[in-house]
Amino acid sequence: MKTAIIVFPGINRERDMATAIRTVSGRDPVMVWHTETEIPPVDLVILPGGYSYGDYLRPGAIAARSPVMRDVARKAADGVTVMGVCNGFQILTEAGLLPGVLMRNRSLRFVCRDVHLRVENSQTRFTRHYDAGQVIRIPVAHHDGNYFADAETLRRLEDTGGVLFRYCAPDGTVNDASNVNGSTANIAGVRNVAGNVAGMMPHPENLIDPLLGGTDGRALFESVLEAAA
Amino acid sequence: MSALDAATASPAGKLTITPELVAEHGLKPEEYQRILELIGREPSLTELGIFSAMWNEHCSYKSSKKWLRTLPTSGPRVIQGPGENAGVVDIGEGLAIVFKMESHNHPSFIEPYQGAATGVGGILRDVFTMGARPIAALNALRFGAPAHERTRHLVAGVVAGIGGYGNAFGVPAVGGEVNFDARYNGNILVNAMAIGLARTDSIFYSKAEGVGMPIVYLGAKTGRDGIHGASMASQEFSGDQEEKRPTVQVGDPFTEKCLLEACLELMAADAIIAIQDMGAAGLTCSAVEMGAKGDLGVTLDLDAVPCREAGMTAYEMMLSESQERMLMVLKPDKEAQARAIFEKWGLDFAVVGETTDTCRFVVRHRGVVEADLPIRELGDEAPEYDRPWVEHRPQPPLTPDAVPAPRDAGEALVALMGSPDLCSRRWVWEQYDHLILGNTVQRPGGDAAVIRIDGTNRAIAATADVTPRYCEADPVEGGRQAVAEAWRNLTAVGAEPLAVTDNLNFGNPERPEIMGQLVGCIRGIGEACRALAFPIVSGNVSLYNETDGVAIPPTPTIGGVGLIDDLAHHMVLSLDREGLDLLVIGAERGHLGRSLYQRNIVGEDRGAPPPVDLSAERAAGDLVLGLIRNRLVEAVHDCSDGGLAVAIAEMALAGGVGADVRLDGGDIPHHALLFGEDQGRYVVACDPAHTAEVMSRAGNAGVAVRLTGRSGGSRLTLPGAAPISLDSLREVHEGWLPRYMDGD
Amino acid sequence: MRARIRITLKDGVLDPQGQAIEKSLHTLGFEEAGNVRQGKVIELDIAESDEDRARARLDEMCRRLLANTVIENYEIELTRT
Repeated sequence: MKTAIIVFPGINRERDMATAIRTVSGRDPVMVWHTETEIPPVDLVILPGGYSYGDYLRPGAIAARSPVMRDVARKAADGVTVMGVCNGFQILTEAGLLPGVLMRNRSLRFVCRDVHLRVENSQTRFTRHYDAGQVIRIPVAHHDGNYFADAETLRRLEDTGGVLFRYCAPDGTVNDASNVNGSTANIAGVRNVAGNVAGMMPHPENLIDPLLGGTDGRALFESVLEAAA
Repeated sequence: MSALDAATASPAGKLTITPELVAEHGLKPEEYQRILELIGREPSLTELGIFSAMWNEHCSYKSSKKWLRTLPTSGPRVIQGPGENAGVVDIGEGLAIVFKMESHNHPSFIEPYQGAATGVGGILRDVFTMGARPIAALNALRFGAPAHERTRHLVAGVVAGIGGYGNAFGVPAVGGEVNFDARYNGNILVNAMAIGLARTDSIFYSKAEGVGMPIVYLGAKTGRDGIHGASMASQEFSGDQEEKRPTVQVGDPFTEKCLLEACLELMAADAIIAIQDMGAAGLTCSAVEMGAKGDLGVTLDLDAVPCREAGMTAYEMMLSESQERMLMVLKPDKEAQARAIFEKWGLDFAVVGETTDTCRFVVRHRGVVEADLPIRELGDEAPEYDRPWVEHRPQPPLTPDAVPAPRDAGEALVALMGSPDLCSRRWVWEQYDHLILGNTVQRPGGDAAVIRIDGTNRAIAATADVTPRYCEADPVEGGRQAVAEAWRNLTAVGAEPLAVTDNLNFGNPERPEIMGQLVGCIRGIGEACRALAFPIVSGNVSLYNETDGVAIPPTPTIGGVGLIDDLAHHMVLSLDREGLDLLVIGAERGHLGRSLYQRNIVGEDRGAPPPVDLSAERAAGDLVLGLIRNRLVEAVHDCSDGGLAVAIAEMALAGGVGADVRLDGGDIPHHALLFGEDQGRYVVACDPAHTAEVMSRAGNAGVAVRLTGRSGGSRLTLPGAAPISLDSLREVHEGWLPRYMDGD
Repeated sequence: MRARIRITLKDGVLDPQGQAIEKSLHTLGFEEAGNVRQGKVIELDIAESDEDRARARLDEMCRRLLANTVIENYEIELTRT
């Protein structure tokens, strides 16, 4: 299972992500600098978190128009698995590879804490190692994680099983109190209709080590690193 | 119009140096006199600016140097002590930690977001300029009284600024302090600390070497930010701070992140002879220091300096404090390779001068020599003062019965836990990314932050501590206590304390009583550092923290760093299960003088602060570290603000398990045992099967120990008081700060 | 020519920054202020003297980069320099 991690100037969680990939798959990912027009043949492309281009204009806006993104789009069209975390999620929405947009948190403040997520759809290549309805604990660390989609986009998402995770209470109840950033319908992660591209705001790569607070993030990597179905 | 504006507007070639112009540059008449004697003529405006920058307090340490020299700065692990961009300590296995703390007090008061942000930026550069990738940041913040009209705005701005810069740059902010006191109303303190990791064979210094070597400018373009920032830091506020707004620097963490990566790549390419970041007094300070350290001259050609504003004068370029810039001496054959690295990261790279053998600092602009000064006198031969000082007269210690008992101990505890001094700071640290880099073993809220050394089973622990009310009551004792508390906090998480970085924040040193505080605190710090083998490897002094003659309390912040040799020995403070014995380690004397109980519950501020017995600290700490390493204890917490009751309450809240507290029927009144702030103490929780062993080890070490309770249930019960439910205690503890910040 | 582009959130998109600003204005005594929306202004020189061509290019700039058309509207103002 070969993985590429795309690095834009200002990305700062690529090493966390590389460690997660290495730990779970035993293989080192290849790091691809944003000026590359061609990504080597891989099974998984990851866009990690950070502040690409300082979040100038809009988070992810400038990175989404970077040369390397043309090849990311091509690979996505070919069915290669693509995953964006935090800034990576923002970049994918800006690039039109995922629906919706990420806006400033409702509280207007940056938030770094553990949240609980309910797995909404476990029939995807990202979540097959979780059970539907399972509640997992994962940290978030973002200023602009407020997911927005208009009514029509939202309906299509819900109808096609496009919602992967929702913010919830520890017992699984999806309510406003557990909505850490104001996201529409408590949406924390989505995937595209074709099922090969996904994005999420929480950081599974920061929860794969029991020493650092838990391993609920591992199953996501195990799911996505399994030989392509 | 200011004298400076008049001088810059005057026709070229004719500059009149008036006393006003000299004063505006923060120079005293005697200092100006010394300049005249030194160079044998009147200085140009640019030269006046250069002297002003190099000789102000912030850059020259002229009021404190004499006393700083008395501090212990060496040790078997110390690779680099004070005098460089940061301190360097060997942690074995080919690695070193590089760390320092610095203040950005005055700018943060004027423009809290940018002041705090650029403070973080500056300290990060100090660390990575030495070849260390930053792995952790801590911030010690002091604000005015909560009721003061500016406090909320300052808190919001400073916290947002620290988060905004650190989160984007990509370093976890994992610890620090936040305190409120009316004496900081007009002078908040923002002390930023950064820790980086480097290979011992790959440390970079700022001493220039070689004649005719290219001096290279790296990073962001130069603008007019912060001109006279260093001078501002060395002057008191007089209430009209709106006018000072243009001097605040603006930072860009994205550029700094690119600068970090470019510098580390350059360092790996073996291209650098010397490197220094441009901080206070920008190009002037970095160029002068690099040359002076190497006994070399420096010639600069300002036409080559990348500027982002048109028509900048030599004066402006030399004093600009634009952020995210570095200066280096480069190996000439590596120029092409170095330039390519910086172009890749989108940063400026310009050869702006060269080293010479004349020991002169020469600055040229548009064909004119704007400055030609002796380099050593600017740098390490700047004026040094032995300012008059008055020794503080300590108050007598209060006996425990001199401080009245509370109506109900439980009520008093709840009040303390919900007070600004002791409440949860979650509102602050949840705005900091404390998880980035994936090595945060202990998140904020414990005794010390713990960061794993990537790829190993070892970790660094870090803390920032000081108790200003103790320092005010007795500077020497307060100085010792700050070091002792840092030492205890590191020990409590299972770390061997290694070294200290200090940030000394005081009022106007030209006042003998303030100078006396500085002298006293330094003496106490020195004694403690020596006794605990805890040398000072870097630091910063911030003076003139006064407004309209009202000074801050003496606040010598101690940043301590320690090493956990095996993560199996990492310790937390949470009570995680029922049925554990709670023991207090260290002598209890019921010292209530200057305690938070006395201040908040009784409403008084008097008496001597708790004395620090350094050999007892050492004995207790060594004992506790041994207990941790031998897996005899499951939770450890240092006893400090609020005393024993607060320590146990914090342990219970952290783990979600209550406790039954027992006190001996001895001489000391219960409230003194519960709330006294005797030093040299820890609370440990252990399985009852180990209690006898713990007590026996304590006995052998000559350290007092007393069984003080048992964990269990969901309530905290103090003797003679109604039980307190953990849920309601948590609500009080977590509730104060968010409600305050929401304006309730 | 000099272009001035005003980018605002579409109606119906929640604007917490606008709401925070409104609340602050009220606290300061400006109760008459309401329905605050925060947007941004981007100004640029465009090396094109034909107004129609300039507008067409600016429109493309907005659609492709300057505005996120999922949630933002844009308005272009052109002046001759």
